[in-house]
Amino acid sequence: MGLMDIVQIVSIGLVAAILAITLRQQRPEMALIVSIAAGLVIFFMIAGKLSVAIQALNEIMRKAQLNNIYFTTVLKIIGIAYITEFGSQICKDAGEGSIASKIELAGKVLIMILALPIVLAVFDLISSVMQ
Amino acid sequence: MSVNIDLIFKIATIGILVAILNRVLVQSGREEIAMMTTLAGLVIVLLMVIDLINQLFQTIKSIFQLY
Repeated sequence: MGLMDIVQIVSIGLVAAILAITLRQQRPEMALIVSIAAGLVIFFMIAGKLSVAIQALNEIMRKAQLNNIYFTTVLKIIGIAYITEFGSQICKDAGEGSIASKIELAGKVLIMILALPIVLAVFDLISSVMQ
Repeated sequence: MSVNIDLIFKIATIGILVAILNRVLVQSGREEIAMMTTLAGLVIVLLMVIDLINQLFQTIKSIFQLY
């Protein structure tokens, strides 16, 4: 099952790449949309398994009695990083490197804001150890 | 799975059709209609993809608990 899935995904990627290259000479915007569609199709094929993996991680965190807030923060950061990467890679493919770097900047700022509570907790811990 | 690879083939077919139509129309001297064809093809393809992009964002929101 796992092998078939990866074979399917790799073939979808290769076919989409060939189609995109064929289109790029005539209609670059259509080539861009073909590559976006390929990215979306591959993501939706893997999304179900990804959610199973994350539920398993959640279960482990619950059994280890760790603070759930930290795990959800990490999850949120991974989600923001994935969306940011998706958008910025597409912009880079389209040749718009400057827009891509603005998207990445926005993602970094949002991730930093999400990570601030963890950083504050570390500082609290350090100051309580020092006293 | 609600999406399949047909979408990629559909988009590529529309792209090839638009490229051919564009060529023919430019050759016969109707550049403004060629422009309109390009635009219409782009809009059709965007409408096909935009729903999926929305679905991607919703899925990521629910998987990674981004509310």
